[in-house]
Amino acid sequence: MHAHARTLTIAVVLAALAAVPPLAALLGQPFYLDLFRRIMIFAIAALSLNLILGYGGLVSFGHAAYLGIGAYAVGILAHHGIHNGFLQFGAAIVASAAVALVIGAVSIRTSGVYFIMITLAFTQMLFYLGISVGEYGGDDGMRLAGRTRFAGLLDLRDATPFYYFVLAILAAFLYLVHRLVNSRFGMVLRATKSNEARTRAIGFSPYLYKLAAFVIAGAMCGVAGALFVNQTAYLTPAFMNWTRSGEIMFMVILGGMSTLIGPVLGAAALLLLEDLLQSWTQHWQLILGPILVLVVLFAKRGLAGLLPGAARNE
Amino acid sequence: MSEPAALLQIEDLYKAFGALKATDHVSLEVRAGETHAIIGPNGAGKTTLIGQLAGNLRPDTGRIRFAGEDITALPAPARSRRGLARSFQITSVYRDFTALDNVALAVQAHSGSSFRFWHPARADQSLRTPARAILDEVGLGARADVLAANLAHGEQRQLEVAMVLATKPRLMLLDEPVAGMGVEESQRMVQFLARFKGRQTIILVEHDMDAVFSLADRISVLVYGRIIATGTPAEIRANPEVRSAYLGEEAEA
Repeated sequence: MHAHARTLTIAVVLAALAAVPPLAALLGQPFYLDLFRRIMIFAIAALSLNLILGYGGLVSFGHAAYLGIGAYAVGILAHHGIHNGFLQFGAAIVASAAVALVIGAVSIRTSGVYFIMITLAFTQMLFYLGISVGEYGGDDGMRLAGRTRFAGLLDLRDATPFYYFVLAILAAFLYLVHRLVNSRFGMVLRATKSNEARTRAIGFSPYLYKLAAFVIAGAMCGVAGALFVNQTAYLTPAFMNWTRSGEIMFMVILGGMSTLIGPVLGAAALLLLEDLLQSWTQHWQLILGPILVLVVLFAKRGLAGLLPGAARNE
Repeated sequence: MSEPAALLQIEDLYKAFGALKATDHVSLEVRAGETHAIIGPNGAGKTTLIGQLAGNLRPDTGRIRFAGEDITALPAPARSRRGLARSFQITSVYRDFTALDNVALAVQAHSGSSFRFWHPARADQSLRTPARAILDEVGLGARADVLAANLAHGEQRQLEVAMVLATKPRLMLLDEPVAGMGVEESQRMVQFLARFKGRQTIILVEHDMDAVFSLADRISVLVYGRIIATGTPAEIRANPEVRSAYLGEEAEA
């Protein structure tokens, strides 16, 4: 029952997203194509954070790091004339996984507020590193030398194919996370979040499970970064700003931690609300803030918790 | 000192927190198949001793041998994998998982690698079938699909024991299994635990004297970090030192 309702929700959301390009064309509002592509890219980032935050209980306050690493991997290769998507996305995945391995190996040894601070500190280091590399734009950033091309298959300069490419990756990652969190590995991860002392007592050493999840999440967010730099066509250290990490975390909490569809809903809600409020007033954050507080207070499982079929630890 | 029959040997274990000698040169042997109770007044160092046996605390000096192997330096998960399983004084289950999930996780911890990322664990009959059997054994078969948080207190304690059993332990370390239970409930728990007597080696740390005297083959009395006596229930009951140090205090409480 629950599982069916959940699958249905996800199918409806993906179908709605698939309908955006023709609708935007029909309404003569290509802007929506851009907005929803951006939403999906952040949904991928939030989805990856949810794997460690929602399912693993790892409150990483530095997830924008991987968004930045993915973006820089693409931007730097493009800067040197390499536009091949397989190379660019491959580099984005490998680089963000490697950075996650280093950050995770150190930070997962700590917990609570120390974990939050260490992940934040690492991301700030990368942020300042981005500022200091003048070759790649430094503080000001630089234009992306050219969007990614998957030789003969796909060219991200074309708005609509780019849109569907992002949608396909989002769908694939939703499925990937679904398989992961229900596998033996995922059960250990979630059990550790639920009760670490018990998990150790029955014979699991949680460290490696957490680290593996951290690396997978980093690599997934690296893909989001690779897509994001194609979206903005501009590379800047601001991708790794700590406020960006906060935004991604808000998406997860707003949408519903440890629910599959939650991060997608959270990304959509936050960015749509931002877009709407911005058109009314420049003080839109004054309105957004209280809304977030209310959701956190009254909808414990976020937006996903309000959906039919939302329940317990599925 | 060492008899071949001893499954667990605690040798001159010492642990201090500042000036407080929480474990003061404790030596103890637990024989295979016996139910060995450790009793003592509040603050006697029972929790510290258990922490060291389970691998959550490191002793300052001394050694712990399990089945002949020195496990003093091993962390808790490694001890569990060798067959030393514990329950907790304060109920410690996965509250947001079902009873069956709880036990299946304990089975999973002892059946091959869990770095398997793709196949759904809940569809894995090699985990579910033994987990169901254990739930049936502890009398929770009908409650398999209930969230642990929604089980009654006594049922949660039974679930803890089920999780201990699921790790196929060679030694069960039960930390106050009847803590927080009413009279009837604790009697039921004692009857339940009595079924494992002789079949399992058990260390029972318990405050409840009725439980201890009806379950234990031997009892060790811990006072101010020291073992002041070890013996059969009858010997312990007759020991004047124990009576003054411990049973007297019990009467006060």
